[in-house]
Amino acid sequence: MTKKLKIVVLAKQVPDTRNVGKNAMKEDGTVNRAALPAIFNPEDMNALEQALRLKDRFPGSEVLLLTMGPSRAAEIIREGYYRGADGGVLLTDRKFAGADTLATSYALSMAIRKIGPDIIIAGRQAIDGDTAQVGPQVAEKLNYPQVTYAEDITGLDGDKLVVKRRLERGVETVKTPLPAVITVHATAPECRPRHAKHLMKYKHARTFTEEQDNEHNSYLPIEAKANLRIPEWGVADVGGDEIHYGLSGSPTKVKKIENIVHQAKESKILTSSFEDIDSLIKELFSSHTIG
Amino acid sequence: MNNIFIYIETEEGKIADVSLELLTKARSLAKELSCEVEALIIGDNVAQHKDELFKYGAQTIHVAEDKRLKHYLTLPFSSIVITVLKKENPQIALFGATSVGRDLAPRVSSALVSGLTADCTSLEIGDHKEVKSGKEYKNLLYQIRPAFGGNIIATIINPDCRPQMATVREGVMKKEALEVAVKGKVKVIDSAAILKDEDFVVEIIERHIEERKIDIKGSPVIIAGGFGVGSKENFKLLYDLAAVLGAEVGASRAAVDAGFAESARQIGQTGVTVRPKLYIAVGISGQIQHTAGMDQSAMIISINNDPAAPIHQIADYAIVGDLNEIIPRMIKSYKLNSK
Repeated sequence: MTKKLKIVVLAKQVPDTRNVGKNAMKEDGTVNRAALPAIFNPEDMNALEQALRLKDRFPGSEVLLLTMGPSRAAEIIREGYYRGADGGVLLTDRKFAGADTLATSYALSMAIRKIGPDIIIAGRQAIDGDTAQVGPQVAEKLNYPQVTYAEDITGLDGDKLVVKRRLERGVETVKTPLPAVITVHATAPECRPRHAKHLMKYKHARTFTEEQDNEHNSYLPIEAKANLRIPEWGVADVGGDEIHYGLSGSPTKVKKIENIVHQAKESKILTSSFEDIDSLIKELFSSHTIG
Repeated sequence: MNNIFIYIETEEGKIADVSLELLTKARSLAKELSCEVEALIIGDNVAQHKDELFKYGAQTIHVAEDKRLKHYLTLPFSSIVITVLKKENPQIALFGATSVGRDLAPRVSSALVSGLTADCTSLEIGDHKEVKSGKEYKNLLYQIRPAFGGNIIATIINPDCRPQMATVREGVMKKEALEVAVKGKVKVIDSAAILKDEDFVVEIIERHIEERKIDIKGSPVIIAGGFGVGSKENFKLLYDLAAVLGAEVGASRAAVDAGFAESARQIGQTGVTVRPKLYIAVGISGQIQHTAGMDQSAMIISINNDPAAPIHQIADYAIVGDLNEIIPRMIKSYKLNSK
């Protein structure tokens, strides 16, 4: 008897924080995503791998990506396809804009209700915020158990999922009933590479919005396009109370942003005296490089 | 009502340092806000810690005990925290940014529909005026944290929702006991009335201590040693500094080949490529094979007794001298300057 699982992977398209430019932040203190290279959040990749491993073990299982963002975040769904996922949904709506973790979790939880998965797997945290809040908040909104800091989803024991967690000073193995939310730590195995066959098949997958914008896509036959349509869901599709979405659903506000300036390379020569070293350490503290 | 709540974390029968650091901080925040400091501790046989909490300034200690709460479990612990915070309605609730705090606090914030700021490095009290509405807020908690991979420092506020919640990293705030312990009170929480069977659906099968796998790529601060470190014993100094800075130790190929460090730590053309916020190169000459794997680091400090070593050329700060003197001085200075 094989069990078939429906798995949702929560993935976020994030600005590559290693390449932050001057225009990274808008005046209102929110991130100017348009000015930064966008990548698949690294720990969400680890999460995708855990989902694909479950699919390997339980053939017939389905792996779906769920991402929230602007139109270009459809790239996350395509990347998932290339690596072996079966589909995905782009959650996109102007009403989601300005969401903090709580409003984001609300939107994701509403979409998850509509999909009805057995397991939800997400990266522990995203590199743009490092909050690690969305996983547990989604779990609470759905009233599901959560297992955070997962390093390995070992398998099923009866109808319960066995998960190995990576903590500060050791490891812990837990057993959780399903449905449950699992967040995956960076020490979990890296995601498998893209598969050439999948790449050929899905590189033309587009959202409706992208098809409208993307002229060169129009050579594809209509039938092909219909099969490769990435669904876009907005507030109207997932329902819920509008007050909980976007800015109005976000209790936290950004009051102030202070940029950290990385100075140009020009070696300063220091001696090994305590005074020299002490002034260097003080400088590292004041520039928030350490501490 | 309207006080500051600190979630007290215990591990192996001891209170976590971060909880005592938070109590210390809460004392000064409470003074500014003219309110009291309360502690919430959950576990099996945890009331014994009350005297230590009084020593750090807790005026009221809420204690929830149950045999089943020996180890942290998300559902029962969050049920208790949610129930207590709903009842007591504090203005601020703080948690350690540990794997427990970062599992618990977001679940609680979601249930209370209140804002939470993760991994704060500083907390202050201040006012706020809403630009659009002109509405003024007095005495908000400024939750200050690095964001965006450490490229910006953001000040976050929760104007309208209570409690204002934050997690704080271990070691960033000072831990200081009072000279005279507070004569506070203990309130026993009726855990049995709060906990339901459903809270125990997730079971811990096994836990054990296991060394973390080496994660050089993911570390924001790296201290790398080369052949010039001289021996495996001298490498211990690098680990000492790494422990203080929360850094990971890397090595050049020459140091790995000489057996000073494991190959998983190797940085460079044949090892891993890193670009941390801070790279401290110790006893590394700076051959291209090594620098190819680290020259994109945001800041580089080189320590080498040879003033002509090429590593000094790509460093932001070049320290010429003996690592056996320099590293202990760095550790000493760090301890003096950290809050």
